[in-house]
Amino acid sequence: CFPDTVLIYTLSTARALTPQTAETDAIRFLVGTQSLKYDNQIHIIDFDDENNIINKNVLLHQAGEIWHISASPADRGVLATCYNRTSDSKVLTCAAVWRMPKELESGSHESPDDSSSTAQTLELLCHLDNTAHSNMACVVWEPMGDGKKIISLADNHILLWDLQESSSQAVLASSASLGGKGQLKFTSGRWSPHHNCTQVATANDTTLRGWDTRTMSQIYCIENAHGQLVRDLDFNPNKQYYLASCGDDCKVKFWDTRNVTEPVKTLEEHSHWVWNVRYNHSHDQLVLTGSSDSRVILSNMVSISSEPFGHLVDDDDISDQEDHRSEEKSKEPLQDNVIATYEEHEDSVYAVDWSSADPWLFASLSYDGRLVINRVPRALKYHILL
Amino acid sequence: MAAAAAAGSSPGSRPGDSPEGPEGEAPERRRKAHGMLKLYYGLSEGEAAGRPAGPDPLDPTDLNGAHFDPEVYLDKLRRECPLAQLMDSETDMVRRIRALDATYTIRKMKNDFRKMEDEMDRLATNMAVITDFSARISATLQDRHERITKLAGVHALLRKLQFLFELPSRLTKCVELGAYGQAVRYQGRAQAVLQQYQHLPSFRAIQDDCQVITARLAQQLRQRFREGGSGAPEQAECVELLLALGEPAEELCEEFLAHARGRLEEELRSLEAELGPSPPAPDVLEFTDHGGSGFVGGLCQVAAAYQELFAAQGPAGAERLAAFARELGSRYFALVERRLAQEQGGGDNSLLVRALDRFHRRLRAPGALLAAAGLAEAATEIVERVARERLGHHLQGLRAAFLGCLTDVRQALAAPRVAGKEGPGLAELLANVASSILSHIKASLAAVHLFTAKEVSFSNKPYFRGEFCSQGVREGLIVGFIRSMCQTAQSFCDSPGEKGGATPPALLLLLSRLCLDYETATISYILTLTDEQFLVQDQFPVTPVSTLCAEARETARRLLTHYVKVQGLVISQMLRKSVETRDWLSTLEPRNVRAVMKRVVEDTTAIDVQVGLLYEEGVRKAQSSDSSKRTFSVYSSSRQQGRYAPSYTPSAPMDTNLLSNIQKLFSERIDVFSPVEFNKVSVLTGIIKISLKTLLECVRLRTFGRFGLQQVQVDCHFLQLYLWRFVADEELVHLLLDEVVASAALRCPDPVPMEPSVVEVICERG
Repeated sequence: CFPDTVLIYTLSTARALTPQTAETDAIRFLVGTQSLKYDNQIHIIDFDDENNIINKNVLLHQAGEIWHISASPADRGVLATCYNRTSDSKVLTCAAVWRMPKELESGSHESPDDSSSTAQTLELLCHLDNTAHSNMACVVWEPMGDGKKIISLADNHILLWDLQESSSQAVLASSASLGGKGQLKFTSGRWSPHHNCTQVATANDTTLRGWDTRTMSQIYCIENAHGQLVRDLDFNPNKQYYLASCGDDCKVKFWDTRNVTEPVKTLEEHSHWVWNVRYNHSHDQLVLTGSSDSRVILSNMVSISSEPFGHLVDDDDISDQEDHRSEEKSKEPLQDNVIATYEEHEDSVYAVDWSSADPWLFASLSYDGRLVINRVPRALKYHILL
Repeated sequence: MAAAAAAGSSPGSRPGDSPEGPEGEAPERRRKAHGMLKLYYGLSEGEAAGRPAGPDPLDPTDLNGAHFDPEVYLDKLRRECPLAQLMDSETDMVRRIRALDATYTIRKMKNDFRKMEDEMDRLATNMAVITDFSARISATLQDRHERITKLAGVHALLRKLQFLFELPSRLTKCVELGAYGQAVRYQGRAQAVLQQYQHLPSFRAIQDDCQVITARLAQQLRQRFREGGSGAPEQAECVELLLALGEPAEELCEEFLAHARGRLEEELRSLEAELGPSPPAPDVLEFTDHGGSGFVGGLCQVAAAYQELFAAQGPAGAERLAAFARELGSRYFALVERRLAQEQGGGDNSLLVRALDRFHRRLRAPGALLAAAGLAEAATEIVERVARERLGHHLQGLRAAFLGCLTDVRQALAAPRVAGKEGPGLAELLANVASSILSHIKASLAAVHLFTAKEVSFSNKPYFRGEFCSQGVREGLIVGFIRSMCQTAQSFCDSPGEKGGATPPALLLLLSRLCLDYETATISYILTLTDEQFLVQDQFPVTPVSTLCAEARETARRLLTHYVKVQGLVISQMLRKSVETRDWLSTLEPRNVRAVMKRVVEDTTAIDVQVGLLYEEGVRKAQSSDSSKRTFSVYSSSRQQGRYAPSYTPSAPMDTNLLSNIQKLFSERIDVFSPVEFNKVSVLTGIIKISLKTLLECVRLRTFGRFGLQQVQVDCHFLQLYLWRFVADEELVHLLLDEVVASAALRCPDPVPMEPSVVEVICERG
């Protein structure tokens, strides 16, 4: 067994990180670089759990610096990026769907030294561009879907696309936009895995909004969810209506979207803007946050998780009185707490995410290009499992 | 001569001359003495001793003989006896003569007694005669005496009979005259006789008449009793008479109490009327006085009369009285409580305490009379309740005063500043708030102290000696207020208006300093004051000063931290807007420092002044030699390029050596929101760190043209020139600004930095 320690991998300036969502066996992350001067790349980071080493492959992303990356939940080879394109002293942020070369889909075990020479290019499937909407903040795939539905956020518009003909064509299915004064601009959005994937939540300025994708109408709105800009949000994968958000007020807030007046819980552990919040896909008490205070914090929000009394033991497991008593004890709601603060980064952490294959493993990425892979502390892991 | 002879003639006086010695002589002398007594009682010595008569009775020389001739005797002695014997004889003679003297006197007395005896005998005879006569007279009078006695008896009986026969009319007359007492006495006297002789028709008739009259009498008495116009003493008399008439006591008890109830209820009604909503209620002291003299006095009278009249009723009667007192007492208490409830306003307790004192004192009398009714306990409970309510009221008052102070501060802060004329400074406002709160606390302490004054009747109750002081005043009022003050202050930290609009930052700063002052001095002062005034004697645990101080310090820290965040946010927003709204790609070559940077410096200076009014300077790191003279050449130095080296090198293989170099170069992590210390430099450092970090993050989200980068260079140099002086460690400002410029360079496709000398010139121009 390997210790819970870190693995550090450094590439150039980067902000974009995603697990390879459709991959459920290998631990694989995709990282997009952000450089104005050189060709940008997508690094496919393979983590060899058994040997505790990292393998990587590099794909060229010549379209521009990558601000956001997301992987298709259905096809391991398909991903979407939001990237900057500078032309005529104007910066445009565009979005496109790409396919990586077939042989890289399941990773390769080449040594890092060789990879630079064999950098391969992404195959463009389609642009999510629309002349009217030029600043794509992010692209989100319909979770658990067939990888045909995608939502993109551009300025004050929320756009639902249908990918057709093997994703080679993106058809704008429907859209909605924020009304109101001022320069409203979406900063982030997430697709809810509940309600048959018909809900999307977005953040703009200090407000959180819920949308019904069937009608593209607003379901709920949490005004002033945070004191300052909301940077990110995430749905609890196991508990309907529960939503986490984070923002420039250094707070992480947990919401029940049925009652939007007060957050269910607020965490204030970071000392600067919180850029990312992610629920663990399996054990939703584990919440990961990354902040520009250069820290990654793993919290145990067990009291508002889908397992507030810990792992539920089946009745037939209880054989005698003593077991029963211990069961009684564990029925008390467990205490929420910070499990660990990870300080391996030296610059602002702009992205954190869980592995899609191993629920006990997560990656974080800071601006200086440092990618850190950590495991959930073993003691906690056993505590949750046993 | 005889004396001379006697002088030397005692044969026993010379022991040496006597051949027999004293032992042999003594029986002889005794015999002689006895002989003389015998002589006196007419017995001859010989006879008495049973000896044969010795000397011849006719002997003329025998001294005791009837034919004694002194001449013969003397001759004989002279002739026969030598001188020595003569001397002895003389002595003997003298002795005998002396003895003869006594014998003579006794003989004379004997003669006298004999005479007296005779007279006594005569007297006895006379007395016997008198007795005889007397007896004869008595016997004659006996008969007549008996007749007289009989006559007297008959006379008495007749008088009694006459009384009985006259009784009905007398009773009627008494009843008519209202002399009920007399009537009852008559009735009482006749009752037994009539009862005894009721079998005789005539007596029967009298008894019947009497009963009718008595019934009327009783009825009248009851009537009078019910009418009630007469005061309690007369009533008591009525009851007494009725009891004497043999009316059932239980019924009388009921009636007595019912009647008393009527009067007391009237008292209660009048009290209730005083409570009434419309007429101006008399002050509480007057009210309790009325209640005390009217109701409680009445109750005392009733109880006293009852106990006197119905003492014979035993425990059942006492219980009835207790129930009566309990019921009416509870109604009285309800009224008093209603009245006291109207006294909740106002901060002055003196009238209330005096009223409570009277109320409590007044109830001690019936309390003693009616221990079973528990009136004194109930009164004490009411007083305690009122005291508790007052404590709550004063706590509310203090809270309100604190909030009032805050409102005043807000208004003073919000008041538009007249040019040239500064409003009250923060320090002055702080002093006002502190002294105002302190005086309110002192006033409240003084007000509740009245409850424990020695002269107040309830101050020696256990509650007022213990719990009231410790749990009520110290914990409830003082500690409670300080806690609530901290809570109120802290609530400004979690106000929903986190954008900073809700609470003026100056208020946060002021509250923070206030709490800090409380921590350092005020809390211990107030608690010492409280403990001195209210000598806490009970065992309840009290909050230690240190705990409270820690809470105040924590509050002060949170407030100051919040102040830093709020002020940092204000400046951050300015910087953020300035970065986000500008088109950095097509900007022109910088000629000036942007106005927003000047604004940032101005605002920071203003904050510095503001904090300086309330907080001490704090400690700075020693300044480096070049200080503000540092120029922007550093931004293009190898150090910064090294940091982002991977971006500048073609392709992206990672150089681990470089990585470690970077780590060495930039090992100092800057905690953006590090804990704030209670001094100006720390506060300003916090604000500037937040602001510059925001600038950095915003710059990283934009793309810069060459001139855009140069503008950032100029702006940052300007900030460097003015901000270093505010912070604890100028290196910090430098590092952050370095990073801003480096990030801008990174976000610039065409990074050509401006010459440091030009940057300096532009900045110096302002």
